Amino acid sequence: MTGVLTAVPYDEAIARYEPVIGLETHVELGTVTKMFCGCPAGFGAEPNATVCPVCLGLPGSMPVANRAAIESTIRIGLALNCSIASWCRFARKNYFYPDMPKDYQISQYDEPLCTDGRLDITVDGADFRIGIERVHLEEDTGKSLHVGGATGRIHGAEYSLVDYNRAGIPLVEVVTKPVPGTGALAPVVARAYVTELRELLRALGVSDVRMEEGSLRCDVNTSLAPPGAAQWGTRTETKNVNSLRSVERAVRSEIERQAAVLDAGGRVVQETRHFHEESGLTTSGRSKEEAQDYRYFPEPDLVPIAPSAEWVEQLRATLPELPSGRRARLQAEWELSDLDMTALGNAGALDLVAETVAAGAAPADARKWWLGELSRHANDSGTELSALPVTPAQVARIAALVGSGDLNDRLARQVLDGVLAGRGSPDEIVAARGLAVVSDDATLLAAVDAAIAANPDVAARIRAGKTAAAGALVGAVMKATRGQADAARVRELILERLGQAG
Amino acid sequence: MPITREEVAHLARLSRLALSEDELDRFAGQLDVIIAAVARVQEVAADGIPPTSHAVPITNVFREDVIVPPLGAEAALDQAPAAEQGRFRVPRILAED
Amino acid sequence: MSSELTRMTAAGIAALIAAGDVSAAEVTRAHLDRIGAVDERVHAFLHVAADSALRAARAVDDQRAAGHALGPLAGVPLALKDVFTTKDMPTTCGSRILAGWQPPYDATITGRLRRAGVVILGKTNMDEFAMGSSTENSAFGTSRNPWDLSRVPGGSSGGSSAAVAAFEAPMAIGTDTGGSIRQPGAVCGIVGVKPTYGGSSRYGVVAFASSLDTPGPLARTVLDAALLHEVMSGHDPCDSTSIDAPVPPVVAAARQADVSGLRIGVVTELGGEGYQPGVVTRFTEAVELLESLGAKITEVSCPHFGYALPAYYLIAPSECSSNLARFDAMRYGLRTGDDGTRSAEEVMSLTRAAGFGAEVKRRIMLGTYALSSGYYDAYYGKAQQVRTLITRDFDAAFEQVDVLISPATPTTAFPIGERADDPMAMYLADLCTIPSNLAGNAAISVPCGLAPEDGLPVGLQVMAPVLADDRMYRVAAAVEAALSQRRGHPLLDEANGLGEASAGQEGRP
Repeated sequence: MTGVLTAVPYDEAIARYEPVIGLETHVELGTVTKMFCGCPAGFGAEPNATVCPVCLGLPGSMPVANRAAIESTIRIGLALNCSIASWCRFARKNYFYPDMPKDYQISQYDEPLCTDGRLDITVDGADFRIGIERVHLEEDTGKSLHVGGATGRIHGAEYSLVDYNRAGIPLVEVVTKPVPGTGALAPVVARAYVTELRELLRALGVSDVRMEEGSLRCDVNTSLAPPGAAQWGTRTETKNVNSLRSVERAVRSEIERQAAVLDAGGRVVQETRHFHEESGLTTSGRSKEEAQDYRYFPEPDLVPIAPSAEWVEQLRATLPELPSGRRARLQAEWELSDLDMTALGNAGALDLVAETVAAGAAPADARKWWLGELSRHANDSGTELSALPVTPAQVARIAALVGSGDLNDRLARQVLDGVLAGRGSPDEIVAARGLAVVSDDATLLAAVDAAIAANPDVAARIRAGKTAAAGALVGAVMKATRGQADAARVRELILERLGQAG
Repeated sequence: MPITREEVAHLARLSRLALSEDELDRFAGQLDVIIAAVARVQEVAADGIPPTSHAVPITNVFREDVIVPPLGAEAALDQAPAAEQGRFRVPRILAED
Repeated sequence: MSSELTRMTAAGIAALIAAGDVSAAEVTRAHLDRIGAVDERVHAFLHVAADSALRAARAVDDQRAAGHALGPLAGVPLALKDVFTTKDMPTTCGSRILAGWQPPYDATITGRLRRAGVVILGKTNMDEFAMGSSTENSAFGTSRNPWDLSRVPGGSSGGSSAAVAAFEAPMAIGTDTGGSIRQPGAVCGIVGVKPTYGGSSRYGVVAFASSLDTPGPLARTVLDAALLHEVMSGHDPCDSTSIDAPVPPVVAAARQADVSGLRIGVVTELGGEGYQPGVVTRFTEAVELLESLGAKITEVSCPHFGYALPAYYLIAPSECSSNLARFDAMRYGLRTGDDGTRSAEEVMSLTRAAGFGAEVKRRIMLGTYALSSGYYDAYYGKAQQVRTLITRDFDAAFEQVDVLISPATPTTAFPIGERADDPMAMYLADLCTIPSNLAGNAAISVPCGLAPEDGLPVGLQVMAPVLADDRMYRVAAAVEAALSQRRGHPLLDEANGLGEASAGQEGRP
């Protein structure tokens, strides 16, 4: 391609072409040990501290498969409605690279553990069924630091330093079938798929799925074709997509770029591209046209995996309620509209509300607090809702205190502020600051009498039957009690005192 | 079909072997003979015969998810051709992974 | 006494030590002296670990003095093929690319030997990465046959075989992938065993062809081999391909040594053209001997055995091309060409070109070819199908007979240099041994005499079904006993490469 074409603005691009997308996601399993050896799989050890002859690929070493990793993989496959292979093998994927201790990776080739599943998602009210081609198990590579170049990347580096702590950690690869028919929604569908997949994996408890830490990695495939074309277009694979937002941006940017190429009469090159966070654009990486021949063959050092039907059913019984099912159930229980439900999801408040309800709050109260006060706090401090220093149980307690009349809304907000500021639990704060609503008559009567005495004209009007004027006296009592008086009771006492009760 | 010198050079590249010109010539001739000999397997009618990948039919050999003490960085790096900052130092890598 | 100790069997030495008639330290010293006296000519050893061997021997003596029970081979010296990792000794696999490499871990078998009180004298020479049938492919010079120092000791476990035949050790361990224990055993006039695949652990055995590599014993008698077989074998959780079943009762079978009523099949396809007349003569006599001992002999056809060699020379190189990829100059071993300007890819290629010998390079490229997209089905895939057919041939044969027999290798020891430039000629040495590697069943080579034309040893191969290792020991022991009685002295007394023959020199050509 000569020269640099200006990308076509998205709306134009999507008006003229139909996209097909696909996603390959790698999930680092949260097992205690690595895939083929007993080295700890944890994060953060000093370099090369958690390696052994097996994961270092020393001559003579041999792999032994981690049962827990296989079980996690089967559970992921079941949750994605896949068929589980009754007999399958590991395979060697052969290529030379310094971060690969054996210069082959133990993976699966034509016999993946799980095949042919689906994940349903909803975007902007439209339902999409994302086909899952396969779910298979493999081992991760080591990690290189590139030294001497300007950017810390490979280009211009003088040499590299390799740490094999990550080598051998179990990776599950989930590959979708190609997804046509998304039209203009392609970027958000891609993002929604990864979001839902992440939720599912979290619910299964198989990984901590943190994209920013690399335990969930995404490669995005994009192609364009004119509407009604007999064949799909040439696809590119985009790597270095490190957040949900990047998934969406990468698809969008690739559509714009490919549209420009096609508009100019050019041919999209089948290649791997690298996504850049700062610009939101992709650049050309390794050309997939000189596709590497990995010379796959069945791994002779490992024996076939043949999960029995009993074992698979045992694992199926351990599946938790999946996110989509849970959402449907909660929506029904809380009697929410689709719109309200989506708002909860978008705010990242669903789990928090659910836990608050589980701690005893009414759904409406829980929603009110999390989408109201707490969302405001989160925005102000630039944090996620879930990162706020208050627990659902504490929110439920505050709601309960309001419900029982021990706090009114205003006081409750003060208590919440106190919890967020780290001054203790709701009850501790109420006690420490004396924030409880005052509702014992003796105290209130003293304040009421003082207010009547200080406002003789208002008192006179009330005696004369204008009970609405009581509001001013209530206000005076509230002020005098710094908002802690039980307003309703104060009003009653005022009316009693001035002969208007009844 | 005889194997050409170019094909042998390609195989050498794939296998990361920097062969000399002499070696390429010699190996091309030898590999040609060997490949012709091993190609005899194609004479065998094997439709429907499953390939063997394991001599003895074992399945489902696993280990439990329990930690075994690792080697430790010192032992791991002990025989490294070059090391720096607790890592294996390798020459500059060309290809992006 | 010293030279008597080195002429003894392992069983004999073990008994003396257990009885307190001789110390393990004295036995080890005797063998270290022997190595010192002859190994410059035999070159069986790449590394002699005198200090650690004596320490291990003294530990056995201490055990005995403290009244602890000793294992059946405690204090017996052993030579270990340099393909097994050893924490306290270099492990080179006969290759420049691993020259000086000191592994941080012991092979499972190494550990079992140590715990059994076996004294590891050192690491023996081998064809580089176990690829070869003569030990001429070693980067550190070839070993020589104690029967005739101008001839090969076989390979790839040539160093182990020569060490035992030269009385440098009463027993040794090798690996057999296409015949690399049995063929050297045969041409050196000793016993070499390939156990059932998976019967002994491969953890710590540097891999050549993973689905074929089998560690096994070499010794001067069938009983010695059986004793070592039992000590080294058994399930290993670190090796997913190791068999989780008891070791077959090979020692009992070796003592039983009786073949009456046994059905023995002579494999039609393992004979005929290409077999040295003297080998055929001695083999035929062995068949007659077995018949005279009460076995029922029949001829059995294994129709696909003719394809075993090509199938093997597709499968083994394919697996090795992958197994040897890890030698890339990044983490251990040789690194050349790293002058600061070159890339990792270039340094890998230069190092591997400098560090690997010709045979290894050939097999790596052959394997890369056979696994390539577009060629896989016709080569590697097809070979694995042929492998299934060969296994079925064995299954069918073992319906008719209890064991199969053949010569161990078509010729006696050939002269050093004769086949070094002719890979195909070299490969033919494995004709008889390869089928059992492909099918994974047990096979043994036991000496059955000397070829009349050159006075060099001939081996009889006995093959038994998977996990029926005991059966082949039974047959081999019977042959050994009968021939020994007939001869009147151990066969090795006639070995004259070192000028020490004490028997059988009359009428020698």
